[in-house]
Amino acid sequence: MSDPLEKILIKGGRILDPASNRDEVGDLLVEDGLIRELGPSIKAPNDCKTIDAKGKLVVPGLIDLHTHLREPGFEYKETVATATAAAAWGGFTTVCCMPNTEPVNDNQAVTEFILEKAKEEGIVHVLPVGAITKGSKGEELAEMAELVAAGCVAVSDDGLPVMNSQVMRQAMNYAKIFDVPVIDHCEDLNLTADGVMFEGEVSTALGLRGIPASSETVMVARDIELAELTGARVHLAHISTAGSVALIRDAKRRGVRVTAETCPHYFTLTDEAVRGYNSNAKMKPPLGAQSDQAAVRAGLADGTLEVIATDHAPHAADEKEQELDCAPFGIVGLETALPLSLRLVDEGVLSLMEAIRKLTAGPAAVLGKKTGRLEIGDRADISIIDPNAEWTVKAQSFKSLGKNSPFIGWTMKGRATAVIVAGKLIENALSSTG
Amino acid sequence: MTLKRKDILSIADLEREEMDLILHTAESFKEVSMRDIKKVPALRGKTVINLFFEPSTRTRTSFELAAKRLSADVINISAGASSTTKHETLLDTSKNIQALQSDYIVVRHHSSGAAHFLASALHCSVINAGDGTHEHPSQGLLDLLTIKEKRGDFKGLKVVIVGDILHSRVANSDIHGLLKYGADVHLVGPPTLIPRGIEKWGVTVHYHLDEALASADVIILLRLQLERQGKSFFPTIREYSKLYGLNRRRLSLADPKCLVMHPGPINRGIEVTSEVADGLSSVILEQVTNGLAVRMALFFLLSGGSRE
Amino acid sequence: MAVEHVILNSNEISRALTRIAHEVLERNKGAKDIVLVGIRTGGVYLAQRLSRRIEKIEGDAPPVGVLDITLYRDDLDTRSATPALETTDIPFDMTDRRVVLVDDVLYTGRTIRAALDSLIDLGRPKEIQLAVLIDRGHRELPIRADYVGKNLPTAFDEKVLVLLEEAGEEDRVILKRAVRDA
Repeated sequence: MSDPLEKILIKGGRILDPASNRDEVGDLLVEDGLIRELGPSIKAPNDCKTIDAKGKLVVPGLIDLHTHLREPGFEYKETVATATAAAAWGGFTTVCCMPNTEPVNDNQAVTEFILEKAKEEGIVHVLPVGAITKGSKGEELAEMAELVAAGCVAVSDDGLPVMNSQVMRQAMNYAKIFDVPVIDHCEDLNLTADGVMFEGEVSTALGLRGIPASSETVMVARDIELAELTGARVHLAHISTAGSVALIRDAKRRGVRVTAETCPHYFTLTDEAVRGYNSNAKMKPPLGAQSDQAAVRAGLADGTLEVIATDHAPHAADEKEQELDCAPFGIVGLETALPLSLRLVDEGVLSLMEAIRKLTAGPAAVLGKKTGRLEIGDRADISIIDPNAEWTVKAQSFKSLGKNSPFIGWTMKGRATAVIVAGKLIENALSSTG
Repeated sequence: MTLKRKDILSIADLEREEMDLILHTAESFKEVSMRDIKKVPALRGKTVINLFFEPSTRTRTSFELAAKRLSADVINISAGASSTTKHETLLDTSKNIQALQSDYIVVRHHSSGAAHFLASALHCSVINAGDGTHEHPSQGLLDLLTIKEKRGDFKGLKVVIVGDILHSRVANSDIHGLLKYGADVHLVGPPTLIPRGIEKWGVTVHYHLDEALASADVIILLRLQLERQGKSFFPTIREYSKLYGLNRRRLSLADPKCLVMHPGPINRGIEVTSEVADGLSSVILEQVTNGLAVRMALFFLLSGGSRE
Repeated sequence: MAVEHVILNSNEISRALTRIAHEVLERNKGAKDIVLVGIRTGGVYLAQRLSRRIEKIEGDAPPVGVLDITLYRDDLDTRSATPALETTDIPFDMTDRRVVLVDDVLYTGRTIRAALDSLIDLGRPKEIQLAVLIDRGHRELPIRADYVGKNLPTAFDEKVLVLLEEAGEEDRVILKRAVRDA
């Protein structure tokens, strides 16, 4: 990132900024890495690169609250370089990376390693999430002050949730010192047992061990209680069941400081996707029933779920090409989240403004950061989206090392044709194979 | 009518007509087993590989004999512990086996869906000999053949399946097959061993054996995996047996001509008393004979057809 | 389009079978030790008819067995679909008996080869003879019939159909020739 920053004028796009509710056709000028000017018509200064954005959306750079970069430790699945390239292609300019690496990001050294990697090889901003407990073992609190000082923006034991409620209570309490959100992957591991998919008719038909919906809702209920008890900022990750949506809606009504996200697969697919033993439909929480999908959509529509995150979880092909029992949980999502979210607009679930909000201002608010918006003087993190571009999802075209997507072969509508990351333009061509 | 498929993976995806064909063909094969010379040349030059990731004597033997009676060459591979300890993936193991130019792979595996996985990865025919807790289609078909021979028609027949439905691939295959033929299927077991959502298939679920047995035409007992004890499915085998073991008193609640079936091997004194297992109602040994005929039929029916 | 010719009508079939019955008795010096084995399905009906005719002449009906040769075919690999398997039912011991194998049409001889192999696996007859209603030629194996209802020279692209009452048809033998559309 040592090239001198260009001046970039984005002309004639539909500027959509959920934070300010701005929705107007106009121009946007980027200079010195900042948003310099916003207006109906801006005269191009000298040495300025101009982007014709007619018919395109100009929105704040998308923020993913839930990414697995896999580095350090699992570089064969994904690296900072490949994940951030995937993020940029998908329209994201910021990703928050979960701490379940090897070693776990439970101390300053790991956080610094990730940030160093991101500076050297990353294409978009990387915000690390530190572990709640040492080694994410759920026993002793990690050194949260040190993690926050090193650059962690939240804490989470994602993937290895804190089962001990007393530990979780203390974690939430302690996190108040730094006012960082505690992000919980809500799963009762005892109820999950050795389940591999959602428990219901489909799991019975396939003879696969089921994970009951209550595995999630029990912990959502616990976390809401603890959020109320401690007054901490609690963010519930990848919500997938109708029961959870109802609990969160009720908690918010009571004024509990809880926020929540879901992922595109939960509002797009159901457990039917597992039929044929499709390991690319295996993730945690598992894809639920039709009623869960409907509840997640309703939760997005009424604001119960304020964030769409990807839970981008890349795995190597030979890990997924196994018996379903053995295949790891998780799918990639950075490169398909935007068009899947735009489908909700086409289907009348969300307005365009609300859909973009779930990917920008929504996650920024969870982090408590003044990003995810288009304000003069802000760092220029911008996504330029062609909402009508049709393209087909192809594994070999993914920038991510992970090809484990249930959406391979789908025709998508909408893609980010370019992103600007701190004033640096990255253009996203459809590759010749894509 | 011919079987236009490469593999036999589950009864759930068989058409009724395909099941008719398999059962009819199996009936013809029973005559072959009565001959002095029990071998026919139909599959001469073909190779069958029995790939068993779980120990099984009777199913493997039945497939092996079926293939041999059709003049195929048979190789048995017990892949159980060896390949896992060597960290060879199922895909690698099976591709190596396919490289031996086998025409059929008969697979038993502890993971549900393993047979589907192989079928989509390999060119040869895959026969599922039991995958995890999913299906055991040849067992389901032989159960159907046994009932058909004894009762002629399935319509309205009350069939009671007793035991660990949750972990039973036999129950899964039986239920699909029986429902396709219009039988009245009842499941009995502790709620902890009844899978979620199964009522939606059109079966009746009971927790009390006596209540379920009233005027039953067929009782299918499932083998209780003894290692389920202590995993909070039920307190003890003793209590399980008290609630769900079939004895003479309970059998008297069923129709006097009721058939008693069991896929074997039997835990005598747990699922069933010896008196009932060896009694007049028991068709357990006929099931074994029919198993051979069904497996011959499957090999034979999959042999034909140009596979694009 | 196809052109059909009736080669034998009901009466002609009947006369041919009566003649074959006489020939069988003459050659074997009576019905003693004779068993009939019909090849599914047409051959079975003809074997049953022959049995009744022999009964009329001699007073005793020779037993009739049913042979399904499917498992002995040499074209299981190459056919586009697996032929249906039906039960073989030979309810008598063939050892030291004279078996008259009965089929409707003799063509390449491959069916008869399969039938012979199958019979030999099923027992050890003293002798096997072959009776067919139609011999249409084009043999691919050194096989000939001992009793023939009618010799019918045919072309490869022609089809011979033996239609019988037992199968719900009016008794007749048809030669079908495909004709290209003008």
